[in-house]
Amino acid sequence: MAEAASLTVSVWRGAEQGSFARFEVPARANQTVLDVVTYIQRELDPSLAYRFACRVGMCGSCAMTVNGRARWTCRTHVRKVVDADGALELRPLANLPVIRDLAADLAPFFDKWSRARGTFQPKDAPDGAVPEDFAVVPPASKQRREADAGIECIGCAVCYASCDVVAWNDEYLGPAALNRAWTLVNDVRDGGRAERLDAVAGDAGCHSCHSTQSCTERCPKNLDPSSAIAGLKRALFWDTLLGRR
Amino acid sequence: MDMRPRSHPTYLAFVVHRVSGLLLALFLPLHFWALGTAISGEARLDGFLRWAENPLAKAAETILVILLAAHLAGGLRVLALEFLGWRSRQKDMVAASAGIALLVGLVFLLNVV
Amino acid sequence: MSATRQPASTKGVNRSHRTRARAQTHLWVVQRVTAMLLALAVVVHLVMIVTAVRGGLSAAEILSRTRGNEAWLAFYVTFALAAGLHGAIGLRNIASEAIGLRGRGADLAWLTAGLLTAGFGIRAAIGLYA
Ligand code: SF4
Ligand code: SF4
Ligand code: FES
Repeated sequence: MAEAASLTVSVWRGAEQGSFARFEVPARANQTVLDVVTYIQRELDPSLAYRFACRVGMCGSCAMTVNGRARWTCRTHVRKVVDADGALELRPLANLPVIRDLAADLAPFFDKWSRARGTFQPKDAPDGAVPEDFAVVPPASKQRREADAGIECIGCAVCYASCDVVAWNDEYLGPAALNRAWTLVNDVRDGGRAERLDAVAGDAGCHSCHSTQSCTERCPKNLDPSSAIAGLKRALFWDTLLGRR
Repeated sequence: MDMRPRSHPTYLAFVVHRVSGLLLALFLPLHFWALGTAISGEARLDGFLRWAENPLAKAAETILVILLAAHLAGGLRVLALEFLGWRSRQKDMVAASAGIALLVGLVFLLNVV
Repeated sequence: MSATRQPASTKGVNRSHRTRARAQTHLWVVQRVTAMLLALAVVVHLVMIVTAVRGGLSAAEILSRTRGNEAWLAFYVTFALAAGLHGAIGLRNIASEAIGLRGRGADLAWLTAGLLTAGFGIRAAIGLYA
C-alpha cells in the first residue's frame, strides 16, 4: 500500500479551535508516522508544533491520533495505518487540552497519577530514608507477577486518549493512573495500600470503568490496564464486604 | 461519533450491554405494575394471560427475552473479568457464546412449547 | 477538561472525597451482588414462565401452586428487590455519564426510584401468594 509515490497528510493546526492543513510527503520504505511529521516540520512548515524525544518507544512523548486512533508515532509504520489512497490524518491526542498543533497538554494526565497515589511509599522507611536491608521479593510470587504485568508503562497517554469514560467524566483518573496504582498495591515493599485504595475508589476511580478494554486494545506496550482496574475493584469489593475499610 | 477508535469486539459488547440494560431498566416498572394489577384476581389474571397470547404481546415478549439474554451475556463477561480476573479475549467469547446459547434455547422454548 | 493543577499531597486523601468514594463503592457493590442474584433468578423465572404459561396452565392452576407457598414468595420478593436496585443503579450510571446528573441528591433519588420499582414487584409477588 505504500506503493503510492507520495502521502497526502492532513495535519491539525491550531489549538482547541483550528483546522486541517494538507501536505504532500514523499513515501519511503520503512517510514514511521513520526518520520512524516518530522519531514513536514523540517522541509515544508517549520512552525509545526509536535513532541518527541527517544524515537525508539521508550519515552512516551510522541503519541498522536493517527487516522482516528491514538498511537505512538515513532514506532508506527506508515504502511500499517495508511489508507489505500495514501491518506494520513494526524491530530493531537484526544481527551487532553491542546497546546498547539500536534502537541497535547499532558498535565491533567500526570496530575491524575499523583491523585491515584502513583508514588511508591516505602514501608520500611516512611521518611524516605534508605532501608537497612534489601527487600526479598520472589519474582515468581503471585503479587510480583501482577505488579510486573503493568510495570512497563511509558506514560504515553494512548490509553487515556482512547477511554470514553475519561471523556464522559472529567474526574475519572483513567487507565494509566489506575494501572500504576494496581502495580503499587501489589508491591510488598509499599506501605500506602489503604490510602491508595481510598484514592482509587468510587466514580472518579476504578468503579467507573466499563471494561470496554479500549485501553488494553490500544496500549503500545501491550499492557492490560483494564485487568489492572478489575484487580482494584476486586480488592475493594472484598475489603468492603469484610469490613476491612 | 467516530467509530474508528471504537471498533473492537469488547467495545461492541459494552454498547450492547448498555443499550439492553437501559431498555430493560425502563421496562421493569411497567412490567411490575402490569403484573401486580393482573394478579389481583383469578379472572383478571386469566384475561391478562389471554391478552399475552396476541401476536404483538408475543413479539414484545420475544424482544424482551433477547434483551435479557444479551444483558446476561454481557454481565457474565463483566463479572468474569472483574471477579475471576480473566484476561484473555477467548474467555469473553466463552461468556458470549454461553449467552447466545441461552438465547437460542429460550427463543426456541418460547416458540415451540 | 479542566487543566487546573493539583499538587501531589503527601497527606491523607481528604475526608469528603473518602466519604463520597465509599458511598459510591457501596452502590457498585450492590450493583454487582444483585447482578449475581439476578443471573440465577432470571433463568429460574423464565423457565417457570415458559413451563407454566406455554404449558397451558390456567390462572387458577398457577395461583393454586403459588398461593400460600413461602418459597415462591421469598424468591419473588428477593428477585424484585434485586431487579429494582440493579436497574436504578444502572440508570444512575448512565445519567451521570450521558447528561452529567451527579451528586448525593441524585443518588438518593435513584435509590428511591429503585425501591419504588421493587415495591411494585413485591405487590405482584404478594398477589401470587395471598
Ligand atoms: S476498560 Fe475501563 S479504563 Fe480501559 S478504556 Fe475501557 S472504560 Fe477506560
Ligand atoms: S498503559 Fe500503555 S497506553 Fe497507557 S500510558 Fe502506559 S504505556 Fe501508554
Ligand atoms: S519518541 Fe519516545 S516513545 Fe516515541
